[in-house]
Amino acid sequence: MTAAAITPARKGSGFWSAFARNKGAVIGLAFLTLVILMAAFADVLYPASPWDMTAMPFQPPLSEDALLGSDTLGRDIAAGIAHGARVSLLIGLTSTAVAVLIGVFLGAVSGFYGGRVDDLVMRFTELFQTIPNFVLAVVLVAIFTPSLTSIVLAIAIVSWPPLARLARGEFMSLRSREFVHAAVTTGQSNMTIIWRQILPNSLSPIIVSASLMVATAILLESSLSFLGLGDPNLMSWGYMVGAARTVIRQAWWMSFFPGIAILLTVLALNLVGEGLNDALNPKLARKGRS
Amino acid sequence: MSNRLRHFRQTLTAAALAAALAAPLALTVPGVAVAQERGGTMNIIVQPEPPILVLGLNQQGPTQTVAGKIYQGLLTFSFDLKPQPELAESWEVSPDGKVYTFKLVKNAKWHDGKPFTAHDVVFSTSKLLMETHPRARATFSKCEKIEALDDYTVQFTLKEPFGPFLQAFEVSSAPMMPKHIYEGTDFKANPANATPIGTGPFKFKEWNKGSYIHLVRNDEYWKTGKPYLDDIYFRVIPDAASRAVAVEQGTVQQTQFNDIETFDVPRLKGLPNVEMTTKGYEFFAPLSWIEINTRNKPLDDKRFRQAMMHAIDRKFIRDKIWFGLGRPATGPVNSVTRFHESNVRKYDFDPKKAEALLEEAGFKKGSDGTRAKVRLLVMPYGETWTRLGEYVKQAMKRVGVDVTLETTDAAGWVNRVSNWDYDLTFNFVYQYGDPALGVSRTYVSENIRKGVMFSNTMGYANPEVDKLFAQAAQTNKDEERQQLYSAAQKILVEDVPVAWLLEMEFPTFVDKRFKNAVTTAIGVNESYDSVYMVKK
Repeated sequence: MTAAAITPARKGSGFWSAFARNKGAVIGLAFLTLVILMAAFADVLYPASPWDMTAMPFQPPLSEDALLGSDTLGRDIAAGIAHGARVSLLIGLTSTAVAVLIGVFLGAVSGFYGGRVDDLVMRFTELFQTIPNFVLAVVLVAIFTPSLTSIVLAIAIVSWPPLARLARGEFMSLRSREFVHAAVTTGQSNMTIIWRQILPNSLSPIIVSASLMVATAILLESSLSFLGLGDPNLMSWGYMVGAARTVIRQAWWMSFFPGIAILLTVLALNLVGEGLNDALNPKLARKGRS
Repeated sequence: MSNRLRHFRQTLTAAALAAALAAPLALTVPGVAVAQERGGTMNIIVQPEPPILVLGLNQQGPTQTVAGKIYQGLLTFSFDLKPQPELAESWEVSPDGKVYTFKLVKNAKWHDGKPFTAHDVVFSTSKLLMETHPRARATFSKCEKIEALDDYTVQFTLKEPFGPFLQAFEVSSAPMMPKHIYEGTDFKANPANATPIGTGPFKFKEWNKGSYIHLVRNDEYWKTGKPYLDDIYFRVIPDAASRAVAVEQGTVQQTQFNDIETFDVPRLKGLPNVEMTTKGYEFFAPLSWIEINTRNKPLDDKRFRQAMMHAIDRKFIRDKIWFGLGRPATGPVNSVTRFHESNVRKYDFDPKKAEALLEEAGFKKGSDGTRAKVRLLVMPYGETWTRLGEYVKQAMKRVGVDVTLETTDAAGWVNRVSNWDYDLTFNFVYQYGDPALGVSRTYVSENIRKGVMFSNTMGYANPEVDKLFAQAAQTNKDEERQQLYSAAQKILVEDVPVAWLLEMEFPTFVDKRFKNAVTTAIGVNESYDSVYMVKK
């Protein structure tokens, strides 16, 4: 019997009840759904481009033509937040996906083969870990000129090392389990063992940290945009805060609302991550059952 | 001869005017009867910190403001850019416009006690500045000979007449440097560069790098009884927010040029302790524009460029992006400088006209409503220019032109623009009070030089314009020059080689207790020998 066979049994209704036991996680998930819906229907809610100057500049919130006020050039803050949700989620998800690909691949190779390969990959990983994340991201974006692709890649490049270490740990411990030995004995190739045997069993912690990583990626993107290193053709929350900070004493709403959007989305992602951790972490789950 | 007389008369009138103006000024201060008393310390922001204070060797903005108190030129300029006496008490121009003779003041002394003479002028203009000062080199290389007729008379003989020759004697364009200190030395490595010696009303005292530059009163100053202030401190405050706070708290008494960010200006304007003026920049008179690479499609079509002028609301840009600073530009010459022509083709804000022009030029709307696509390289000079980029993108979208914004750093910007690798970008240049000095360089075809920034990077070539600018520079008859420049401006405004945006204004904030700070076209770069403090 392999561990892979146990996993589906542990999941299912158990997963949802474990997740739902964490109230924060449910609230987080609800808010996140709201953000996703807002991103999906941004074009319906605000058909005009968020860059269009639709209102008088410097309109305070609850004005006739701008619910959350307008910015220095008369752009609708609410429209910016709706369209910005797209950019933030898009960059958060894609950069995390890329980071997971790089991290899990390197971690898997390193943990499975061990020895020289492990040494080599881990030294390479450490090289990235010693450079401060944000500084490296700023440098990368500055070199490759700000665009959607360069930002996604920069965030992915600074985010994969923790995932690689995590995956390596999981692979190392699973590598010596009986079901892996069994698979080796039955003559399965290394690729099959990595892909079909070990990976499914190490997914839980990876999913948890990936969900948290989406939050970090959104923060990173916001910080880059805040510094003026965002894609100049995309409206994002960080850009809105950055552009409005100079007039914060005259017009608080221009930076307040996008700031709140970032705060709540990142908080929601963290709550969901924690809920996933509760539901997927076998140790906690077992404790919950006994 | 009549010319000679006229110049003498002008000098006399200027002196009389100055005397007449000074008296009522002192009386207009309400309350206590104030004379122009001695004493007082002024703190002025300097930003960024100048690399060196020797004006002959470095002419960056901050250097000019500080060193303008230490060094002097032969002339200074009134708000309407008429020459005024400084180290030269009078001057004459020969009727053929080729010989300029300056009579110098006789009691001026260098800060080390040596007298200032005609030999210093000859040395500065024919030796030192020729080596160290690009703008001065361009002017004085037009001289056939520069000679001292006696200790207090200098004569410049030009190869051919040059209209704006007198403009070249403003302090930052041709600062007078001490011959006895610099002759025969390596100018840039001279140890005396650490302790600048000039003829100005303030002497260099101390420079605490990163913190302040301290100038003290020159007791031996050649204008008797002046200056009035005891000290001037130039404070280095690199952070923009801190500079605004320093003004609010009254710890500094003056800011100039870009010290205060545009978005802070409306707030500081309302403060009770300071007064704001935008005068005193006439000599520099920068003009901003969208630079258009006329080699690239669709920008090679004149009608497309004209459509841009109609599509962009310059008043909106002035009011909402520059927070009210500046005037919408109507053409290539700033209206506060000489030879501006206002009777040119008008481009009012009218997206319909813009669309009509685009239709006429054959730029039809595609299925997605787009007529054409261009790239806009946003100038990396801060927030305000970024907002401008976003505005231009939306304004052009309204008439069906899709603008993609590109960002880069300062070095990348210079590199790409000077090598013609752009469609649209922003730019602004100083005009130095005369079209021959600050305007023609942007439009004449001989200045299409790859790799050189602030040249004719648009690739605009019009033989007619070339001819008009050349003729206008080679005469010193103002009426004739006006006609030539007017003709050139009419052609340029029709051709739109760049889309002019604003005649830029800088705010100068001065503490209300300090009087006479801005009195000439070089404003804050003036010597400050007549600035005084009203004590309460």
